[in-house]
Amino acid sequence: MVEMPAPKQDVLDRASAIVRDLTDLIPEHCVISSEQERRAYEADGLTAYRQAPLVVVLPETTDQVSRVLAYCHQHGIRVVPRGSGTSLSGGALPLEDAVLLGLGKFKEILDVDFANRCVVAHPGVTNLGITDAVQHEGFYYAPDPSSQIACSIGGNVAENAGGVHCLKYGLTTNNVLGVEMVLIDGTIVRLGGKHGEPEGYDLLGLLVGSEGLLGVVTEVTVRILPAPESARAVLLGFPSAEQAGDTVADILANGIVPAGAEMMDGPAIRVAEDFVQAGYPTDSEALLIVELDGPEAEVEELLSRVSRLAESNGATFERVSHDDDERKRFWAGRKAAFPAVGRITPDYYVMDGTIPRHRMASVLTRIRELSEHYGLGVANVFHAGDGNLHPLIMYDANDADQLHRAEEFGAEILRACVEAGGVLTGEHGVGVEKRDLMGTMFNDTELKLQNRVKCAFDDEGLLNPGKMFPTLHRCAELGRMHIHQGQMPFPDLPRF
Amino acid sequence: MSASDGDPETPAGAANAARPADADELAALVADAHAAERPLALHGAGTKQAVGKPLPPAQPVELSAFAGIDLYEPEELVLSAGAATPMHEIEAALTAKGQELAFEPPDLGPLLGTAPDGGTLGGALACGLTGPRRIAAGAARDHLLGAQLVTGKGERIRAGSRVVKNVTGYDLPKLICGSYGTLGAVTTATLKVLPAAEATRTVLLRGLNAETGVAALTAGLQSAYAVSGAAHIPHAAAARASDRHLPATDTSLTLLRVEGAPKSAVHRAEKLAREVLGAYGAAEILADDASRPLWRGVRDVAPLLGGDGRAVWRVAVPPASGAAVAARLAALDANGRWYLDHGGGRIWLDLPAGADGQADGVRGALRGVPGHATLVAASEAVRRRARVFSPQDAGLAALTRKVKAAFDPAGILNPGRMDGAG
Repeated sequence: MVEMPAPKQDVLDRASAIVRDLTDLIPEHCVISSEQERRAYEADGLTAYRQAPLVVVLPETTDQVSRVLAYCHQHGIRVVPRGSGTSLSGGALPLEDAVLLGLGKFKEILDVDFANRCVVAHPGVTNLGITDAVQHEGFYYAPDPSSQIACSIGGNVAENAGGVHCLKYGLTTNNVLGVEMVLIDGTIVRLGGKHGEPEGYDLLGLLVGSEGLLGVVTEVTVRILPAPESARAVLLGFPSAEQAGDTVADILANGIVPAGAEMMDGPAIRVAEDFVQAGYPTDSEALLIVELDGPEAEVEELLSRVSRLAESNGATFERVSHDDDERKRFWAGRKAAFPAVGRITPDYYVMDGTIPRHRMASVLTRIRELSEHYGLGVANVFHAGDGNLHPLIMYDANDADQLHRAEEFGAEILRACVEAGGVLTGEHGVGVEKRDLMGTMFNDTELKLQNRVKCAFDDEGLLNPGKMFPTLHRCAELGRMHIHQGQMPFPDLPRF
Repeated sequence: MSASDGDPETPAGAANAARPADADELAALVADAHAAERPLALHGAGTKQAVGKPLPPAQPVELSAFAGIDLYEPEELVLSAGAATPMHEIEAALTAKGQELAFEPPDLGPLLGTAPDGGTLGGALACGLTGPRRIAAGAARDHLLGAQLVTGKGERIRAGSRVVKNVTGYDLPKLICGSYGTLGAVTTATLKVLPAAEATRTVLLRGLNAETGVAALTAGLQSAYAVSGAAHIPHAAAARASDRHLPATDTSLTLLRVEGAPKSAVHRAEKLAREVLGAYGAAEILADDASRPLWRGVRDVAPLLGGDGRAVWRVAVPPASGAAVAARLAALDANGRWYLDHGGGRIWLDLPAGADGQADGVRGALRGVPGHATLVAASEAVRRRARVFSPQDAGLAALTRKVKAAFDPAGILNPGRMDGAG
């Protein structure tokens, strides 16, 4: 288990005074301090880690967020921001001595602007809520993480969420035009906006994916797109993952950029089919779902080219969607792959490495070897178009040894991804989960530079501590000195 | 050409220029300069020295050793190259495999008074140069996956990676892109590349005023036909460029581009012309040969080339506000010319420079509209006097200073290039 920073005893001692102060700053109904209610916030999507927060605040306005943060900054109190709590990496894991700042009451769509093709929304609006607000005019919001029914747009910004369509339409970072954010000292800053093009440092680009370590987003402006004329998906079954991987490489090398290109391995195909009846070939060892969109004539033409490439790589199954319902059913199986795996194992642990596509077969072989070595089953779903792997390691959390083996297995997979020229996380974030593996990708100098960037926003390390950095250095140590009220910031924190 | 004639910019090849042979030498050089607080002026090919605020006296650092394509895997859609690699070399390699840099980086040589096709990859990324296709494919920052750089402390850093999907640590490549060499000296950049469209069609409407032109562009961009270029060029600007890039015209041009497989491009252009834009007049459809140079012209600011003592501004506003802001800008000076790109969201403006590029007037025209104005081309004297980048509010300015200090605590890299904005 990853160790979290030791709580500040002085903050724990002042807990009831802090609650009182907070209820003076913001309406009483926005402060949750009873133990039972705090428990509801003890974990996010990384359920192996649990910790009730010191107090939960659910502010309703940007001004309230600013007051809470300024107060915490002034009194050296840590803050953990939270959207919908669907993070798979523990990004919103509370700390015993930290205020959990939930954005759940920021739920309004503020502006739907078809002329500028954008939506301005509160961070607590769900990802799908954006599309729901614009689809009557034929528009949609492109990034579509599988949790889109629940995950918030603010959380998407914090994690730079992806989805199954980002090969062609980009990740969150490519679809966010602007934010309003509050810094730890309460300063309200606007980055970007409806004009889109940045000037000065691209702090918006830096903020997206910063996992709640740099600021708290209180408003988001996203780009919306007109839905394509038509979209069709094809299921392609193969005897091996290698053949499926080669097919994806051939598709891209032939100038076709599919709207989505997903892969599932044999175990994932079978559990998903059993759960959703999407029409998957249960005797295949690899399944590709390729979606093409655009004018009907173009989609038709591209489908036949994709099908020829699949056949030349030995595809043994092919099924093209005939209408939108069938296309959505094809995707339903893929999007339900995680819960489907959840039906056959007490717990599962999702990994999220990205590798250069051509290393897919060799990394998959390595995962199979590791599965045998650790004695734990694994099902694999991949965003094949962009090389993003989601091995799902099956284990039983009630068995401490299995949990330990699952974490070791996961870490080995991520090391294999980095060795293959890839990265630790493609879209789920580092959070708590992969924090201690950062050193496999970055050397000490590189981590220190990122730490200095953190210090530029939060010089006392109060925002979301214990996430992303294996070692959070004192900002003063890194060359800048900000002694607060005669105390060094986080005296207990050189290493945790 | 007006922008830089007679300007004694820090000359490339100056006697005290340093030419590090590799990244270790560069790191050592910067570390020394950091310790001595000695300012450095970073040079690739030197073609962008006239962009941004003129630097104080600084030692030129030639990055010419960092040239050449290190890795190109077409089926992986990725390319890595040294920062000083000429842009035309990268474009040639990509073209040979039917691919391209989808953000369509402009060649600002003619605008800045240097030879065409002279720029480097590092220069384009440092300036965050992005062409008309931003509305469909994103900006330079959306295509920079990774970079190797040397910070202002002389540290060698790998930022980002070679894969598209990566959220490991902060997204430093975004920060580096468009930072005008003030955060680090980039030695290698890794880019996402994409298949180039086989066919291009342009739907052309004539005679619309700016307001109606932007309405037509908006209608096109709201349609399902994947418009990848949307520009409106008033007659005054179109007339200047017509001999080089644009169709001959005695009125304004409103242009919408579609790209893709030939059948698809033709289909979408016809749909646009007949169904979406029917209310805006009889549309012409231009095929590949007429379309491509036209969009190069829009990309490279061809409609505003020529003339002496001019200041060229790039203004970013919400697209639907483009016509209204352009009208206010046009009212500043009877000798001003302008055109709209990005569906109205980008205004290119050319004015008699006066003492400071008419900076207050230009920025005043944005009052009440979110956005900013950047002085892209003007003489050194004008840039010295003008605010080249938009003033920032106090919160953002403070954050900007701290981010700069995180990379370059002594402030030695291209000092002052971005005004207060970096």
